[in-house]
Amino acid sequence: MTSERNVIEVTVAEGTLAAPPTQTRTARMRGPWWLWVPALAILLVVAVPVGTLLLRVLDASDAAWETLISIRTARLLARTLMFTLAVTTTSTIVGVSGAWLLARTNLRAKRAWAVVFALPLVIPSYVVAMVLISASGSRGLIADLIGVGTPHLIGFAGAWLALTISTYPYVFLITSAALQRVDPALEEAGRGLGASPARVFRTVIVPQLRPAIGAGALLAALYTLSDFGAVSLMRYDVFTRVIYAQYSGRLDRTPAVVLSIVLILAALIVIWAEQRTRGEGAYFSAKPTRPPSVYRLNTTQRLGSIAFLTVTALIAVGLPIGVLAGWLVRGLRAGVDVGIPWNALAGSLTAASLAAVVAVAASIPIVILSVRYSSRATTALERSVYVTFSLPHITVAIAVVAFTVRYVRPVYQSLAVLVVVYAAMFLAQATGTAKAALLQVDPALDDASRGLGKSQLSTLARITVPLMSRGLIAGGLLVFITTLKELPATLLLRPSGFTTLAVRIWSSADELLYTRAAASALLLIAVSVVPVYYLSIKPKDVVDA
Amino acid sequence: MKRAAALILALGLIAAACSTDDSGTLTVYSGRSEDLIQPLIDRFQEDSGINVTVRYAGSADLAATILEEGDSSPADVFFAQDPASLGAIALDGRFATLPDDMLEKVPATFSDSDGMWVGISGRARVVVYDSTVVDPTTLPPTEDGLTAPEWAGRVGIAPTNGSFLAFVAAKILLNGEAATLAWLEGMAANRAPTFPKNSAIVTAVNGGQVESGLVNHYYLLRALAEDPDAVGRNHFFTTPSAGSLVMPAGAGILASAAHSDEASEFVAFLLSSDAQTYFADETFEYPLVPGIAANSQLPPIDTIPAPELDLSLLATTLDTATDLVARAGLL
Repeated sequence: MTSERNVIEVTVAEGTLAAPPTQTRTARMRGPWWLWVPALAILLVVAVPVGTLLLRVLDASDAAWETLISIRTARLLARTLMFTLAVTTTSTIVGVSGAWLLARTNLRAKRAWAVVFALPLVIPSYVVAMVLISASGSRGLIADLIGVGTPHLIGFAGAWLALTISTYPYVFLITSAALQRVDPALEEAGRGLGASPARVFRTVIVPQLRPAIGAGALLAALYTLSDFGAVSLMRYDVFTRVIYAQYSGRLDRTPAVVLSIVLILAALIVIWAEQRTRGEGAYFSAKPTRPPSVYRLNTTQRLGSIAFLTVTALIAVGLPIGVLAGWLVRGLRAGVDVGIPWNALAGSLTAASLAAVVAVAASIPIVILSVRYSSRATTALERSVYVTFSLPHITVAIAVVAFTVRYVRPVYQSLAVLVVVYAAMFLAQATGTAKAALLQVDPALDDASRGLGKSQLSTLARITVPLMSRGLIAGGLLVFITTLKELPATLLLRPSGFTTLAVRIWSSADELLYTRAAASALLLIAVSVVPVYYLSIKPKDVVDA
Repeated sequence: MKRAAALILALGLIAAACSTDDSGTLTVYSGRSEDLIQPLIDRFQEDSGINVTVRYAGSADLAATILEEGDSSPADVFFAQDPASLGAIALDGRFATLPDDMLEKVPATFSDSDGMWVGISGRARVVVYDSTVVDPTTLPPTEDGLTAPEWAGRVGIAPTNGSFLAFVAAKILLNGEAATLAWLEGMAANRAPTFPKNSAIVTAVNGGQVESGLVNHYYLLRALAEDPDAVGRNHFFTTPSAGSLVMPAGAGILASAAHSDEASEFVAFLLSSDAQTYFADETFEYPLVPGIAANSQLPPIDTIPAPELDLSLLATTLDTATDLVARAGLL
């Protein structure tokens, strides 16, 4: 069994798994100091944004609190949660259907489909929104192509479609990985007892996938909750827009900070809801003895499946890339000067690869403590990284600016701080994959190494970490992709003179320079294709390579 | 997988090597976008031999950043989109007074009355409208006409945008708080569609999603440069009001600047005929130095009826502007 799949599966699954049996043996061990010291140091760094925010809230004037009361908070919060629920529902349906079709049926070219299906992961959600707006309507691109205009995609419908496109790949990747590991014996037993395929799916497969689907849905929901770019372009009023309005409309940033506390509460509600709906969750820690069976589709099912995949790929991948290419061509024809933004490309690659390396390194001590030395303290340690993950990036950035300018002035506006902030925000993605990988490493191997006289540290460095490597790499790739798309924190925290592709896309589009925005966006998609390819291909191919 | 990771790491290191920062001498905080300003910066570096590092971000962001950084701010020059952000720095006493020969280059109405910052280029507020649906003769002479029932649902605004808020701040100074709130409530009662920014309004007008909108004049010219078939047109208000105000983008030199000589050279460059012509031709703004012609698609700046207003005061009403926008239910 390969760890590649598992890894993605629990990507960010934030300890979705209930403690598997292997943990009980070492459950009472407290862990060596040389794991606790780095782990606590990391925790301290990750806690900076939340800590600074809370201090600032305690400090806030009455005026700031009045803002909170005056802006129809309750109604907006309700609407934000409903919107999040709507997006999460469609993402889950699209992601799980795609995953099942591409993991368990006899469709052809599944590998190519899987890469295409996961590709929207790399397109920033505000680009998706821009593209949908430009393609729809009586004068939109679709009207130009087929002669019939579609309704304007704006407001709830537009925002819902844009964010579904941006978030379903999380559900898709995590669920496909889990599907690879469903034990076929259970399904065969169900079928043997006379259950219909539909019933087997509902009563045998879905419960086994529950933790993975929950993990993907949680990611989708947290992403939706903190998104600003797409909802604002779609002119759909949710909480982030109000935070942003307060932030951009005043020199005093305290009201914006106070408002983001509400968003943190919303995130906690989502995390709590996900935990409530989750079952026992230990289903897939057992290793299946053989690959899962393939479901043979009849002709109607095959055509239906191909239609579903084609339509999804056309809307989620074909449309964005087509519109971007269209802008580029139109601008070049009109004689617009477009240079390749090399410095932005270099900036993006530098920041994203450093963030990936830092996040993966930071995930190792945390995950080893929480899996090998499981206790209430180590579980809390592992969970705590999710709080920072669920914060809106603009809020994290405001907090970090305030913190660095006052207390660590020498590194203020440095690349180091930017990289650390990326790593802190996306650490949950790395710990999720690393944890899944470590759960697959038999502790007996550690014991053997210790028995042969190696020290704990040497065992860790030469046995445990190398065995986890595929999971660590997958986590690194996810952090890499997420960092490439990041905008709000980059804008505020980057060193002077430093730029990234995401920043270039945003600022060119802001000036209505669509040709340049398209060039930067296509470049961003191009550099993300390789990591997506590795994340979405079949595990067996990775092993064979 | 290992090879992939090694490849990515190698790419990252190569990129890091390529992007080693050329730690410039002069540091400019620019609230104006990289797309528009970097070509000008490049030209200045070439001409003067002075290295420039630019921090690009929103004008209000940078103003807040400078205030937060205090006296040890790395910024030498603050180049902002609007008088409100510049005024915030001036009010805090963080700018050095500019020399008279610099201030005399542009009409006094476009600069700070105490000489803390100087106007560089002008941005007129206009109504951009869909020429296939809106008859321009029906457009009102000032923004006050837009609250009339016949405009219900037809005029887009960007209530969180810096230019819009600066316009509201100006309206408070000209008409008072009560009248401004009444106007905002009128727009809200008219269900004016709200957008996140000016560019989104212009795109929506060209795309047929809204009939018209309150924006700065130059967005449409850029849209036309990329797509000559775009249907949007600009309407300039004909009677002096906050809506007919030409807002300057401007620059000031920080009192704490470590490179004040280079900073002066840079601001002088922005006022040179070379740079002013660039603003006219490339960003489609109004050059503020007299004698340099604006883009030929624009009415001359002296035909726009300007209200009497001391722009230095905008920063004092900016927070009130945000409060009023929120009270009118537009946030």
